[in-house]
Amino acid sequence: EKLATAKSSNFAAKEELTPYDKVTQYNNFYEFGTGKDDPAAYAGSLKTRPWTITIEGEVHKPMTFDIDQILKMAPLEERIYRLRCVEAWSMVVPWIGFPLAELIKRVEPTGKAKFVEFISLHDPEQMPGQRTSVLNWPYKEGLRIDEAMHPLTLLTVGLYGEVLPKQNGAPVRIVVPWKYGFKSAKSIVKIRLVENQPVSSWTQANPNEYGFYSNVNPEVDHARWSQAKERRIGEFFKRPTLPFNGYAEQVAQLYAGMDLKKYF
Amino acid sequence: MARKNLHDKRLAWIKTGVFFLALLPAIKLAIGACLDALGANPIEKITRTTGYWTLTLLWVSLTATPLRLLFKWNWPIRIRRMLGLFAFFYGSLHFLTYLILDQFFDWEAIAADIVKRPYITVGFPAFVLMIPLALTSTDRMIKRLGGKRWRWLHRLVYLSAIGGVVHYAWLVKKDLTNPLIFAVLLAVLFGIRILYRLIGATKPVFTPVKRKTSRTDKPTPKESRPV
Repeated sequence: EKLATAKSSNFAAKEELTPYDKVTQYNNFYEFGTGKDDPAAYAGSLKTRPWTITIEGEVHKPMTFDIDQILKMAPLEERIYRLRCVEAWSMVVPWIGFPLAELIKRVEPTGKAKFVEFISLHDPEQMPGQRTSVLNWPYKEGLRIDEAMHPLTLLTVGLYGEVLPKQNGAPVRIVVPWKYGFKSAKSIVKIRLVENQPVSSWTQANPNEYGFYSNVNPEVDHARWSQAKERRIGEFFKRPTLPFNGYAEQVAQLYAGMDLKKYF
Repeated sequence: MARKNLHDKRLAWIKTGVFFLALLPAIKLAIGACLDALGANPIEKITRTTGYWTLTLLWVSLTATPLRLLFKWNWPIRIRRMLGLFAFFYGSLHFLTYLILDQFFDWEAIAADIVKRPYITVGFPAFVLMIPLALTSTDRMIKRLGGKRWRWLHRLVYLSAIGGVVHYAWLVKKDLTNPLIFAVLLAVLFGIRILYRLIGATKPVFTPVKRKTSRTDKPTPKESRPV
């Protein structure tokens, strides 16, 4: 199913797009299994219609949107972003969506809304990986409100000109390109604006290895492997990892004065 | 039930079969590499596959003694050397994949990995320990070292196996299922050895040096095997 986009911006200029088949066949989406090819093999059982997203918490107008309303909420843009996985591989993906801020503005956050929590679908019938407790289901992720409102943070409904394939987080996910991939929650059903910093699923699983911020940072290693370099899918030689995944110019000021080794 | 001892002819058939079975994963990888059919991240695929088969074949080679203890089967011990060498073969491919394909001789990064990454800190010696075992696997080396010393040396395989499974457990991000399966199987294989040692029922039945003279795997009473 094709999606019409209003404009296209390339935030990974001069870098080759990762081919469609690799973007859709090499995924981390533990709801469908822990193997990289599990999501492509098992995501067929996910039902993406009907689908609603509820936005609640510290907002003046809590709302529930149908996926079709989301698709018409704002002009869809193509955004070409680098994607850096915490496992030290990376891709370049042409996503389709619009800034998450567009959605958040509509519910009018209160003064207490300091953080945004994303909650993914929890249904072991549709998501066979949830029959094991490899993570605490449902999958939860979180951002600081200023991170969530940043123009690069994309509410994503498609890639490569089409609706989002199921294995990539259909029907709606977020993409936060300066953070490790797991921060970008997939198949979202609920967004909560909250006062206190939420605990994400990966942080809960291992707080020493997966921090709340998880900004891409070559200087701060994962507890068990180096983050200094990455292998771009399709390339032989590793390339150096860039601070904030190459988006420092746009986002570094969000973290001015913070010790990024401490707030990893 | 399988017979305790097999005729040489039948054993030769089994050996040939096991040889090709053990080679199959490497052939599949080679074909996959030629056809660009190893998925989006071929280096990761090769690393994982060779690592998996190193452990699997090491584990299979470690079943020879328990099978003898439990069922008095001697023939598995006669294909054990081949299985061990195949484990070393896959371990070498695994190591070379890391050295060449993954790090491309980036010695600084490799040294940092060995010091800083626990799974490589245990994985590297686990592989290195297999080298003396492979080098002393020939009949000549067994004779030269003498059965007793040879058996002592080859107990290093236990350390290698423990290092291998810890390496696996420490590198996975979250899903420990597969490393745990290997760990449980290793515990069973070790447990049988320990149990038989405790009850003192370790009967000497086979010594590799004597193979040429004992065509039907008759027990050789003077020497005892490690358990």
